[in-house]
Amino acid sequence: MSGPEEPAPLPEPPLLELRGIVKRFPGSLANDRIDLKLASGRIQALLGENGAGKSTLVKIMYGVLRPDAGEIRWRGKPTMIANPAHARRLGIGMVFQHFSLFDALTVAENIALGLDDPEDRKGLLSRMAEISARYGLPLDARRVVHDLSVGERQRIEIVRCLLQKPRLLIMDEPTSVLTPQEVERLFSTLRQLAAEGCGILYISHKLEEIGALCEEATILRQGRVVAACDPRRETHHRLAELMVGAEIKRPARRKRAASPAPPRLVVDRLSVRSDRQFGTDLKEISLTVGAGEIFGIGGIAGNGQTELMEALSGEIAAGRPDAIRYDGKAIGGLDVPARRALGACFVPEERLGHGTVEAMTLAENGFLSAYVRRSLAKLGLIDRRRADRFAVDVIGRFDVRGGGPGSEARTLSGGNLQKFIVGREILQQPTLLVVNQPTWGVDVGAAIAIQQAIVDLADSGAAVVLISQDLDELLGVCDRLAIIAGGRLSPPRAAADMTMGEIGLLMGGVGPRSADAAA
Amino acid sequence: MLRLRLEPRGARSAMWAAASPLLAVALTVVGAGAIFALLGRAPGEALYTFLIAPLLSPTGVPELFVKAAPLILIGVGLALGFRANVWNIGAEGQFSLGAVFGGGLALAYPDAPAIILFPAMMVAGVLGGMALAAIPAYLRTRFNANEILTSLMLSYVMQFALIYLVTGPLRDPQGYGFPQSALFSDSATAPILIEDTRVHLGVLFALLAAVGGWIVLERSVSGFALRVLGQAPRAARFAGFQEKRLVWLALLVSGGLSGLAGLFEVAGPIGQLLPKLSPGYGFTAIIVAFLGRLHPLGVVPAALVLGLSYLGGDAAQIDLGLPSAVTGIFQGVLLFFLLACDVLILYRVRIVRRGAAPSLKIPGAA
Repeated sequence: MSGPEEPAPLPEPPLLELRGIVKRFPGSLANDRIDLKLASGRIQALLGENGAGKSTLVKIMYGVLRPDAGEIRWRGKPTMIANPAHARRLGIGMVFQHFSLFDALTVAENIALGLDDPEDRKGLLSRMAEISARYGLPLDARRVVHDLSVGERQRIEIVRCLLQKPRLLIMDEPTSVLTPQEVERLFSTLRQLAAEGCGILYISHKLEEIGALCEEATILRQGRVVAACDPRRETHHRLAELMVGAEIKRPARRKRAASPAPPRLVVDRLSVRSDRQFGTDLKEISLTVGAGEIFGIGGIAGNGQTELMEALSGEIAAGRPDAIRYDGKAIGGLDVPARRALGACFVPEERLGHGTVEAMTLAENGFLSAYVRRSLAKLGLIDRRRADRFAVDVIGRFDVRGGGPGSEARTLSGGNLQKFIVGREILQQPTLLVVNQPTWGVDVGAAIAIQQAIVDLADSGAAVVLISQDLDELLGVCDRLAIIAGGRLSPPRAAADMTMGEIGLLMGGVGPRSADAAA
Repeated sequence: MLRLRLEPRGARSAMWAAASPLLAVALTVVGAGAIFALLGRAPGEALYTFLIAPLLSPTGVPELFVKAAPLILIGVGLALGFRANVWNIGAEGQFSLGAVFGGGLALAYPDAPAIILFPAMMVAGVLGGMALAAIPAYLRTRFNANEILTSLMLSYVMQFALIYLVTGPLRDPQGYGFPQSALFSDSATAPILIEDTRVHLGVLFALLAAVGGWIVLERSVSGFALRVLGQAPRAARFAGFQEKRLVWLALLVSGGLSGLAGLFEVAGPIGQLLPKLSPGYGFTAIIVAFLGRLHPLGVVPAALVLGLSYLGGDAAQIDLGLPSAVTGIFQGVLLFFLLACDVLILYRVRIVRRGAAPSLKIPGAA
């Protein structure tokens, strides 16, 4: 029966099988002989840190990249996936982490644009409605995309995929922008799809979700498969260690001030019009941060975090000078260097192009924000020796790997560059630090080092404002916490008293508004 | 069948950033030879006449520096601005207004001692260039008007203003009605540095400007701010460098240097104000700045190459009977090849066999 001469109908071949996939980029081996099998009706996870090769691998599956070596079998047949259109014809759908939607068009227009075959547009609205109803993905086809929340935008992408009736659905970090409630809704949709026989590959580095959703996990590290396991049976700690390849310690809890410290930073009804298209205006934001306190601001990206950060740093005008007071002094009218001179330092969200200039060296990028407080210029000339020494100091003290003071910023990995940026600000010994998404897209090891540095700075008496999307981070290090939604800030509360559910509701814009609190 | 395909390198190639201008110059020489051949001249001989013979005469090399001096002065200023994404395309007009300001002073006080008059003329020249560049700076910082258009259009305004001045208020009363000013007095003439040549003080200032520009760009906080603004405007804001201030700085510096170049041209080789003062130095200097990789020191060799095209143009007219447009053609071909070669900084060329390209084969797609 099992002789090689008899081509017996084997048990159904895997939906998609990768054998020995290799992909090289100049200077790195992104995928090193990767084997992976994906089956119909199963939800499988692909886990790994940033830079582990997850994105490269799924881009190969979706035909965006071509492997240098190895074989792809689609339903048992060797297949060369030429491009994404080909992948879609085969039955592979993908929802990317960053959406490709036109803000100015409606939901239906966006979906119609994404279809490969014009024939598919016939009866599109009724099919959209059918899929929306069937999978619990409510969508109003006539609304314009820029009015939609991130969760709704993601639904557009998912519906667009489902219209093509995929056999395999790839989800790349789908929950990084969702509230906990939206995550739960997404999961039930995915479970329903799997029950109907669709294979699902779920890419994430959030371990709780993997444990809740997936039956099987493949862990990548430095381009290789290092483990495959059942995530429901492993502890999160163990999974994280497999991802990092080392033991992990959480940042040390800090000694919290017993009595509330005198306020250092007072923001009083700050209202700012956003200077960017589809930005979020700030509406009457009020908060106070004491010496030694870490004040957390949670919320989904695009709810005014960038504007708040830039109004605090002085990059955009704050309106009234006394909307922002620092140690009793109205600083709302001061420019960025003047605020730095008073002791304020800032870590913006975008590492390249905002926090650093990508084609400049670390020494130059150190100078970029530290020239005021570290006196790196003399008589209008850059003091190169001091600038170099400062960069060396940051690199040494914050364990920045992969470059020296002469390396260009873009050559560093995301985590190392972020350690450099955070280190650059902390070594200026600020008495106020405002950080926006300090560990976004940063590997676990670097994230913990960064969080520890922020905690240590607060312990030394600085006031810290930590803007983050990562709820674990906020709950882990902050003293008080408020949520920003639609440019308004919820009344702050002690982080220890808040639950995930409450935070989720606030993130969706439900709950008491700061206007009530200010009254 | 073979075909060429461009593939992104993923990073800038430092090697090609340096090699691209050299390759572009080489290709331009080949291209110029082909054009000469099409015009019925023996390409070898014509290239020799155009590019080499002008340097062999006793005054050849000094003359080259005389032609290159205004290109260097203007090119250095443009390079500083271009680094900051401030696109001053109106150097031709700023050159003329600098010449008018300085020349006006020379005509008003012909008998003043040189030690006072000439420095005053230089200052006036700088101020003249700055004055014209201030208009696009104001329009850009106040109304967000594109400085490419405003500065370019002002060049044409200045061209007609100059014609008006030399046919009207500044015309030489003893000049038999010719549209030109009186000749400048001796004390208003740029000192000659090397005897029996036309190498004047402006050549020295050009070289000083190149070194000074390099120090400003690489060492000073302002130069750093200009570079940051050009590469990452948000990072410039984060650093606290004010964009408006930097736009003013870039336009005033490039305008001032263009004005100084104009002053040296009228106080040196020309010696009076004419309806047309520049053979297009202000526009050629844009090519100079890019050929010199927007680096103040790189501008010097680039200006010598393009200065040679002016000398060669004269020679081609006299010895080959070709129109002086040859100079413009040479410069255009050079810019064309430079832009084409710069593609190699970000892309590499792959030779692929048609039909063997994997992207064209879609097995299993049926």
